[in-house]
Amino acid sequence: MPEMTLIEAIRQAMDEELERDERVFILGEDVGPRGGVFRATQGLFEKYGAQRIIDSPLAELGIVGVGIGAALYGLRPICEIQFADFIHPAFNQIVNEAAKMCYRSGGEWTVPMVIRAPYGGGIGGGLYHSQSVEAFFAHVPGLKVVVPSTPHDAKGLLKSAVRDPNPVLFFEPKKGYRLIKGEIPEVEDLLVPLGQARVSRPGSDLSVFAYGMMQHYCMAAANLVAQEGLDVEVVDLRTLAPLDGATVLESVHKTGKALIVYEDNAFGGYGAEVAALLADKAFTDLDGPVRRLAGPNVPAMPYSHPLQDWFMPDPEKIADAMRQLAAY
Amino acid sequence: MGAVFALQRQADWLVPYYRDLAMVLAFGLTPREFVLGLMGKRGEPSSGARQMPSHWGLRRANVVSHSSPVATQTTHASGIALGIKLRGDQAVVLTSIGEGSTSQGEWYEGVNWAATQKLPVIFLVENNIYAISVRQEQQMAVAHVADKAEGLGLPGISVDGMDVMAMHQAVSQSVERARAGAGPTLVEARVYRLTPHSSDDDDRSYRSRQEVESWRERDPLLGFQRALRQQKVLTSQIEDELEAKVKAQVEDAVAFAEAAPYPDISEASYPVYAEDIRHA
Repeated sequence: MPEMTLIEAIRQAMDEELERDERVFILGEDVGPRGGVFRATQGLFEKYGAQRIIDSPLAELGIVGVGIGAALYGLRPICEIQFADFIHPAFNQIVNEAAKMCYRSGGEWTVPMVIRAPYGGGIGGGLYHSQSVEAFFAHVPGLKVVVPSTPHDAKGLLKSAVRDPNPVLFFEPKKGYRLIKGEIPEVEDLLVPLGQARVSRPGSDLSVFAYGMMQHYCMAAANLVAQEGLDVEVVDLRTLAPLDGATVLESVHKTGKALIVYEDNAFGGYGAEVAALLADKAFTDLDGPVRRLAGPNVPAMPYSHPLQDWFMPDPEKIADAMRQLAAY
Repeated sequence: MGAVFALQRQADWLVPYYRDLAMVLAFGLTPREFVLGLMGKRGEPSSGARQMPSHWGLRRANVVSHSSPVATQTTHASGIALGIKLRGDQAVVLTSIGEGSTSQGEWYEGVNWAATQKLPVIFLVENNIYAISVRQEQQMAVAHVADKAEGLGLPGISVDGMDVMAMHQAVSQSVERARAGAGPTLVEARVYRLTPHSSDDDDRSYRSRQEVESWRERDPLLGFQRALRQQKVLTSQIEDELEAKVKAQVEDAVAFAEAAPYPDISEASYPVYAEDIRHA
């Protein structure tokens, strides 16, 4: 099986979907000859031309709004938002338009569209190149929210997202673009269905729920505490909306303890919803408090290295949280 | 009406806003369907009675669903036109909006896309001077909405929107231009809202009765009626027949909608996602 980086897997997924379906096209800032600031679309302009790989004006709302229009006309747009931090001008289009179109038209109109955005910190990006924005959108019915962590899943989930008949937000952990490598089977059409979590490390002492870059940090932390005799189960949520509640509950039924790890600031973050699910449906399985390890409640991630490190959960902090929870 | 008759129904696309009852009726919404919407009754085709009245949408006639926040529809029109261009189709898109809503950044982004990509869109701005109570001078520093076109790189024309034939001519030219691949046009229709913004709006606080009355004399319905009479297209016999026909249609629509059931409560729970769509 060939090994591939996360960004290569994402590029290959788009390449295959562009090849498969002529309704698929890409629009975003610098996606054309430049190939995207992270090189996600490198080579696609040369292969598919200016008609299907469209350099947009530098305005995020327009990228999404025009994408919605094209989807209404029957095309399958992939919108690239250069950084998740810049998605906020498009919030109105995503939340009021894309998310509500199917419901508000009684199913007469739908918006089959993917919005890709690199998210997350640890790259020295400061307040406006580090944000995690998934909780805003996971809150909104009508949207699907996907956060892959491995190249395999990035490819399979993105291909499924392009074929999904709904608006899908696809948040890519940019710190992992070149850092994360993985094997991808050489199959004709690698698809990973949306809405399914994956147990990436089976264990019996406690369950850790994470997604994106934090999934990898949780794996590293699980390996650290394994040397101390702690057997941690890691669950990669992969799709945040709809959440695979069954896999979450099954895991806690087995281990009795739950830790949720995410980069976004803790308050009102995505982990709160997982914690609420467990409080409601796993009460009798729990033999410890449901814990969250997440970003601090400051407006966003600061730039300077020591300050950034203070903000980011990392394998050491996660291992500490695992030890504390296991001690219950 | 002058604008919409410049389009080809069933082929061209309409991305309207909430003041466009006449355009949407001309495009194919029936009076019965409209009144079902007013009363929030089952089977209303715009939204299944989920949206407030006058939030249009009619899939079978290429009338796109829109929401309440203003100017959100402008980028959709450009996106549809981008789809037309990518597929090499012949259709054009007309999207309408009020002059106050052209203050939104969304509007500029939508028009800019169409101008940059030379997309087949007609941006129709119905300038009735007031955005609820705020006058045009407080919305924009330009004298005419059409002047905004220059900064965006597309032609802008300002038309007497109370003149049906002038509107028809201006929009027809814009449609021709769009169909020929020459790109979008901004058409400003200078009109007036003869009634308050809503049933809860008291317009006496922001405009004089004299002003309203002077515009009322230019009511396009009456003006067009006079013109058709002068050209002997309209006779009192035709008018009587028309009036009786329309009255019967309205009465039928109201009776039909009054007798129609409300949606079942279960209909409120779907379709959130495309997978939930239930086909009758």
